[in-house]
Amino acid sequence: MRPAAVVGTGQTHHAAKRLDVSMAGLCREAIDRAMADAGVDWSDIDAVVLGKAPDLFEGVMMPELFLADALGAVGKPLLRVHTAGSVGGSTGNVAASLVQSGVHDRVLAVAFEKQSESNAMWALSVPTPFTMPVHAGAGGYFAPHVRSYIRRASAPEHIGAMVAAKDRRNGARNPYAHLKQPDITVESVQASTMLWDPIRYDETCPSSDGACAVVISSEPTSGQAAWIRATAMRTEPTTFAGRDQVNPRAGQDAARALWRQAGITDPLSEVDAAEIYVPFSWFEPMWLENLGFTDIGQGWKLTEAGETEIGGRLPVNPSGGVLSSNPIGASGLLRFAEAAMQVMGTAGEHQVDGARVALGHAYGGGSQFFAMWVVGSEKP
Amino acid sequence: MTRPLSAPLDVGFDYTRSLGPTLGRFLSDLRRRRVTGIRGSDGRVHVPPLEYDPVTAERLHEFVDVTATGVVRGWSWIPEPLEGQPLDRPFAWALIQLDGADTSLLHAVDAGSPDRMATGTRVRARWRNERVGAITDIECFEISDEPADPPTEADDVTMVTTPVNLHYTHSASPTEDPFLRGLMEGRLIAQRCPVCEKVYFPPRPACPVDGVPTTDQIELSDHGTITTYCVVNVPFLGQRIPPPYVSAYVLLDGADIPFLHLLLGVAPEDVRMGMRVEAVWKPREEWGPTMQNIDHFKPSGEPDAPFDSYSQHL
Repeated sequence: MRPAAVVGTGQTHHAAKRLDVSMAGLCREAIDRAMADAGVDWSDIDAVVLGKAPDLFEGVMMPELFLADALGAVGKPLLRVHTAGSVGGSTGNVAASLVQSGVHDRVLAVAFEKQSESNAMWALSVPTPFTMPVHAGAGGYFAPHVRSYIRRASAPEHIGAMVAAKDRRNGARNPYAHLKQPDITVESVQASTMLWDPIRYDETCPSSDGACAVVISSEPTSGQAAWIRATAMRTEPTTFAGRDQVNPRAGQDAARALWRQAGITDPLSEVDAAEIYVPFSWFEPMWLENLGFTDIGQGWKLTEAGETEIGGRLPVNPSGGVLSSNPIGASGLLRFAEAAMQVMGTAGEHQVDGARVALGHAYGGGSQFFAMWVVGSEKP
Repeated sequence: MTRPLSAPLDVGFDYTRSLGPTLGRFLSDLRRRRVTGIRGSDGRVHVPPLEYDPVTAERLHEFVDVTATGVVRGWSWIPEPLEGQPLDRPFAWALIQLDGADTSLLHAVDAGSPDRMATGTRVRARWRNERVGAITDIECFEISDEPADPPTEADDVTMVTTPVNLHYTHSASPTEDPFLRGLMEGRLIAQRCPVCEKVYFPPRPACPVDGVPTTDQIELSDHGTITTYCVVNVPFLGQRIPPPYVSAYVLLDGADIPFLHLLLGVAPEDVRMGMRVEAVWKPREEWGPTMQNIDHFKPSGEPDAPFDSYSQHL
């Protein structure tokens, strides 16, 4: 497998409603920035990989077909990836594999969601015949599992609010973030409305329109490069008897494979920044454990000690993360791109000083799809 | 073999599309009884206008007025129109190259009979009286050598609403079928995996862990334990139960996997993981093949189950 690197990243200004652009225009805003960042032209791109979450969100079946012109994919291979909310991460990994395998030299990965075209709560709660209609969107799905985590880890109640306050403050440093709340506090988060008890309004990701793009290349194109040291994806069924919804096996297996491939034996010491898919605040400590940064039941202690702040031992979501911007299909690729930006030193106001190794992580469905990569400033 | 139970599943939403500068111009002009194309890098005029060039992928800017008359380049006769199609009587779908355009637009032709349709037939737009800025502002095309109605004035549009309605027939699987027929008799039918002996309720055709058919049918009581839960306080489109309500994972006694149901009869702040519950059934005359025969679960008054008894089901 030959080395591959992220050589350019781009993203939109994420917002609740980007009514000024079409889906194609939204994608191009991110693509044009990524290609300018990489210093490449359309003739340099060999293939395009597009990711987005369920088609019911925009009501467009197979949007990759009508977007082909806008994606510069005419006459080139165009692949669609779909792994629910983790799809942005999977899109990055598929694009990386096309370069690592030697099939293509430069691949454009694009992911988007235009949530304002419909309503994700509706789209994720369509009542199926013969069942009890108690479903209530993603929050309703994940809240019981957050409760299980709190009980199992004996975690104090304020941890979720700490994560939310941190990520929203970080988002205020990110010019592209949907939510910018520099003055948010743990107390103000705790005072916000309880939506899906135990998840509060301020502990919940927004609904965003946005897109992200990265150019992955076998060689640097403009000097900068975030070398892809490892990629991993794992999947498991949504439900089976004895399934651990708090600490899913697929996530554990993906993380183990990832660290092994990257040659990392002590992730907490060796990783300088992590962009982890945290749509509801409590998933920070849950995924810290699932990813092996801490032992089981200890993730919240890292958060509580302030070690996941910028300047801490493991800054988590310096960009503000999914809690600050959530164009669902793009959210995973944003994590992957932000990790690359950290090791390229292009993260601006939310740059982690001296970051040389970073994690990008995404999960989706009912915590059943996992995609992650490790990027580094050194060529492997 | 009896046919498995089935029920209609209708999924519909009025999607709201933001058009951006190119499609916005096209639909605003349709509202004015004008048709606008765009010139590509190779000189071709694309109708409808493309946002990005199919050759160079660059953004296109040069709008070109074309006429609302043109020629049929290909067609297909629709003898029995479907819901949502432009006309409720037989019509032709046609690729129509408008005069001044180099590409063809797909639209309906109200030809009356396939005998009147041919490649090369001249057509003109029949404009709708109430125009909103949508492709359906052209009601259809009609066979004619005459010009279409002249342009008029109208405000710009930036959005278009696209209703999407899907009508499915949702069928139960052969495994679900005895489970649903059991519910009609107030019985809770589960299946056990012959390999791992885990009991699935609702039953599955195959064990997701061992991949073998779940052949052993067993009946469970309507008592169980709340493993975990959330309190839904948020209202949303399509919601069937008014909030706030407790959405709880119920692990029936003898089952190895919990399912989501509604918990009532207790204040949300008093619900606990491990709480023992029992089913409250609807009146028998209201029963059908559905888990909604159980109206809700309520606390049974038994002591809470110890954490270890359900911790493997979280």
